[in-house]
Amino acid sequence: MTSSATAARKPRFTVDLPIVIGVVFIALILAVGTLYTLKTQGTATFLSPNYLVLQLHSGAFLGITAAGMMMVILLGHIDLSVPWTMTSGAMIATAIGGTTGDLAGLGLGLAVGLVNGFGVAFLRVPSMIFTLGMNTVLLGLMVMLTGGHAPQSAATDMMTFLGAERTLGVPHSVVLWVLVSAALVFVLTRTALGRYMYAIGNQEAAAYLSGVKTRLVIMAAFLMCSLCAVIAGMSLAGYSARAFQAMGDQYLLPSIAAVVLGGTTILGGQGRYSGTVIGVILIVLLQSVLNVMQMEEAYRQIIYGVVIIAMLLIYGRQRTAHR
Amino acid sequence: MSLTPAPLLEMRGISKSYGGVKALTDVDFVARRGEIHAVLGENGAGKSTLIKIAAGVVTPDTGTLAVDGAPRAFASPQEATGAGIVCMFQELSLLPDLSVADNIFITSPPRTRLGLIDRRAQRRRAEELLARVGCEDIDPATRIRDLPLSRRQMVEIAKAVGRDPALLILDEATSALTAADVEKVYTILHKLRADGLALLYISHRMHEIEALADTLSVFRNGRRVDTFAKGAHSDDAIVQMMIGREFANVYPAKPKRAAPPPPVLQADRLTFSPGLNGVSLTVGKGEIVGIGGLDGQGQRELLLALFGVLAGVGGTVKIDGTARRIGSPADAKRPEIGMALIPEDRKTEGLMLPMSVAENITAASLGAVTKGVVIDRAGEADNVGRMVKEMQIKVGDLAAPVATLSGGNQQKVVIAKWLLTKPKIILLNDPTRGIDVGTKEEIYALLRRLADEGAAVVLYTTDYAELIGCCDRVLVMYEGRVTAELTGEAITETNIVSAALNLAAETAA
Amino acid sequence: MSAAARFVRYNAGLILAIALFAVIYGTYAVLHPNWGLNVVLQNANESLALIFVGMAQTMAVLVGGLDLSVGPLMTLTNCFGSIVMAGSGGSVLAGVVGALALGAAAGFMNGCVIVYGRIQPIIATLATGAIYLGCALILRPTPGGAVNGDIAWAFTNDLNELGLTFGWWEDLGPIGLLPMQALFLAAVIGLVWFPFRATVLGRGCYAVGSNEQAAYMSGLNVNRSKIAAFTLGGFFAGCAGVYLTLQMGSGNADAPQAAEYTLRSIAAVVIGGTSLFGGTGGVVGTIFGALVLRSITFIFRVIPAGAALSFVADPLLQPLFEGLILLLAVSLGAARVLRVKNRLSLFT
Repeated sequence: MTSSATAARKPRFTVDLPIVIGVVFIALILAVGTLYTLKTQGTATFLSPNYLVLQLHSGAFLGITAAGMMMVILLGHIDLSVPWTMTSGAMIATAIGGTTGDLAGLGLGLAVGLVNGFGVAFLRVPSMIFTLGMNTVLLGLMVMLTGGHAPQSAATDMMTFLGAERTLGVPHSVVLWVLVSAALVFVLTRTALGRYMYAIGNQEAAAYLSGVKTRLVIMAAFLMCSLCAVIAGMSLAGYSARAFQAMGDQYLLPSIAAVVLGGTTILGGQGRYSGTVIGVILIVLLQSVLNVMQMEEAYRQIIYGVVIIAMLLIYGRQRTAHR
Repeated sequence: MSLTPAPLLEMRGISKSYGGVKALTDVDFVARRGEIHAVLGENGAGKSTLIKIAAGVVTPDTGTLAVDGAPRAFASPQEATGAGIVCMFQELSLLPDLSVADNIFITSPPRTRLGLIDRRAQRRRAEELLARVGCEDIDPATRIRDLPLSRRQMVEIAKAVGRDPALLILDEATSALTAADVEKVYTILHKLRADGLALLYISHRMHEIEALADTLSVFRNGRRVDTFAKGAHSDDAIVQMMIGREFANVYPAKPKRAAPPPPVLQADRLTFSPGLNGVSLTVGKGEIVGIGGLDGQGQRELLLALFGVLAGVGGTVKIDGTARRIGSPADAKRPEIGMALIPEDRKTEGLMLPMSVAENITAASLGAVTKGVVIDRAGEADNVGRMVKEMQIKVGDLAAPVATLSGGNQQKVVIAKWLLTKPKIILLNDPTRGIDVGTKEEIYALLRRLADEGAAVVLYTTDYAELIGCCDRVLVMYEGRVTAELTGEAITETNIVSAALNLAAETAA
Repeated sequence: MSAAARFVRYNAGLILAIALFAVIYGTYAVLHPNWGLNVVLQNANESLALIFVGMAQTMAVLVGGLDLSVGPLMTLTNCFGSIVMAGSGGSVLAGVVGALALGAAAGFMNGCVIVYGRIQPIIATLATGAIYLGCALILRPTPGGAVNGDIAWAFTNDLNELGLTFGWWEDLGPIGLLPMQALFLAAVIGLVWFPFRATVLGRGCYAVGSNEQAAYMSGLNVNRSKIAAFTLGGFFAGCAGVYLTLQMGSGNADAPQAAEYTLRSIAAVVIGGTSLFGGTGGVVGTIFGALVLRSITFIFRVIPAGAALSFVADPLLQPLFEGLILLLAVSLGAARVLRVKNRLSLFT
């Protein structure tokens, strides 16, 4: 029974396609970018450690957001309230200030996650639509509180520490990303909660009939997502030294794209965390290479879209229901 | 069989593999006009693949297929339908959100001059077709979603007949039908045969095959073992052909009891609308209690109500003499209740198909191998290994998706999942539906063993033979009530059938 | 079940949306100090683009997907239209036809990527949406364009204005008061949607959304239905873009606006009674879903000062109340959960 007993342990070490192709694409993007800078500036900017650390520094915010997003996508749900969860977490924290502000920001994330989880798990409103409403409510709350202007207050010390500062050249945001990742990988691979998340993503009725408290699991996933969002939002505010309206808007679609490019099925139930990390790095590098190449916004959008489709055409093709 | 009718469908040298596993090996098969041809075999014998190839759902790796002597290669079910081959699949091919009429004429509705669907004509023709299969009671405007399973299957038959097939394939077509409907289906099939159609009939029920088939083909391990006229071999010989070994008595011996066993599960006057009108039952330690009756008399609701799935159930449930409220499957699983349910549909209710065999086996018992919040992987693997061995689950790689297993082995995984929770009460909803004879036999033996070890077993099945062979007691339900309780020698087919039809009450009235 | 009872039961979502709209818009009309034709026209002007985008979204949802490119596609056709439609009547016609064709072609491309690329609709359209937005930016790097003012005016008012502008007729009586927006909508519904719904292809869209496997097993051409759904969705998005061009008189590759329209279109579809799981509902419900969304915005404008509720009229509170009402509206569906007796039915 030894062989089968070992086989039963997951995850086994397997190299799966999305990750390989993700790495290949990352190498490709770096190569194109380097060729460009070699030609125009005579330097290999993209390969310098400094540059890469800088990318990771700002990419960590997307990384943390995408990590949370993955938790709900694994269940076959989605969280469209992430942009304003990020923004309002940061705004509340900066508006109150100090440690109380930090706690208030996290508290807001907690509250949003609970409400989203409640709406999806107990009221069974489709997550797509409930979180969309939640996003509008948060936007409304912030407009009400700030009068529609960016708050004047600055990021708290903790936010600056997490978002902007470095130790021995290592940005704290990257450390934070690593810590969040470690925690989520632990949940996904080592705990019953993680197993139940995959189970619900695959077949909720079967999980329920197996005696899984499915509603609590869904609540937990939305909670993790919202907490990740406020952590990302607050450290992003620390990075830019302040919170501002709509600061989270540009994180929604890239975070979903990162998760999917990393091989997680949008329908839920399948995906590995390492894939999401690769997806994030890919998107961050792509954006920055296009930046350096001074590509116009129009072409940037088009290239962005084409890369997503190209990658998915290579590996993301779902097996059709038939044949 | 002196006069051999012309072959309609001829398959020669057909082979098909799925990812290295041979589903069919060099199979020759012929279906003739005016003949009902039964295809027999255990699950995984290759029957499904055979009909899927005939119906254009699957393309064979090698081999040729000819209809009326002309070679054909179907790329899709559409093309097969175009050639007159119509298939009723085991998993229903009806669209739940569309009306009965829309479903019957899904691909070729009557049209107006503008080329749009003529809804009125469609309704009229749907009514005609439903009447032809003896289901005038079904309103063509009803959504499929609102029909019970047995009615849906009749719609499926009407849909198939409406396509004017030359070859009609029926895959487990009667698995959910009531006895009265089965009679209607027999009549239709006999009439279609007289009209010169070729019919392929796949079923696990021997008595159906006896009633219907002219010719039988037996498959085993992806090969056709033999084809012969009905009556050429005895039932036992056929079964032996299917399983490839001696077929002894299917059912294990029942124990003799002097006194009734101590009650484990006592339900008193359970009510639920719709379905339960005051059902009481007691199941003792070591007892297998069968639930019988016509389809849809509240049996499913009874199991779901006991397991905490239904909301708003009236009445009381006692476990080991203590009143308990069971509000969810999570409650039912708690050690002081210790209940397990093998659900009706293993694909959607029993298994997470894309997840591994191991993960499915431990899905209900992770709590027991969790230390703190961390799953004890060694403990989990031990449990899986033990179950695979104990249940003789045929699996190559435990990390492979459970979807890759055969139906019988999938059902074993569902049962294994629940055995790991060490249940005191085991509820089973038609556990042998669509499962091969060999696995059925193993499940019967397992149930008896579990009962002998002290479990209380409640078995709902649509197969009378199982009620007779397996159960210590049989409760027959009619319109949400238990109308008869049969024990020992009184568990006979006649008694069950007459109780199921509620004949006693009918004659009294 | 009687035919009437069945109609109510099978169209509960649509009926609810109509009722919701009637209540909210009715309140608005009563509260409005001088509600009349001009107000209706203004309301219609603000609603029609969202209605069309919502209809576009409905097509994707019917086949069990989601289209994140409807907003960008509206923007693209708007930018295209603003370039071609600047000029005489002939160029306007060319612009309209061209924009609609562009919309349909882009929708067809969505469908092909989804069907032949076998990529989940939501992800595929996330990517194509970025591409359409990029194209819009290439066409119109800065907002602008000058659509013939007469034509724009004539087609965004009532029937009488159309006649007056071109000297075709003077006064058609009550018929002349019909808003052009209603006529456009009726034309698209009557000439495109209803006929499509009554084809095997159109019914196939419902079949695919209901159960794709069963639809395939039944011998339906699943791929063709899906592509048709997305193509028609693109056409509807093109209608939105054309109308936006007429209404604004210009084109603007506004990314936040595109995103907002996309998100609101999903809300409109759901409030309109189309199931996000596919297979049930239709574009007619979505029209009312979009109207409900717009009416919520309207009503804040007319809450009288000094009334007990006047504090909600504070413009700073409007987004919050809009959000809360949206949340409340979608949570109405939760009534289903409370009524559900067999909890297994929650999972399907």
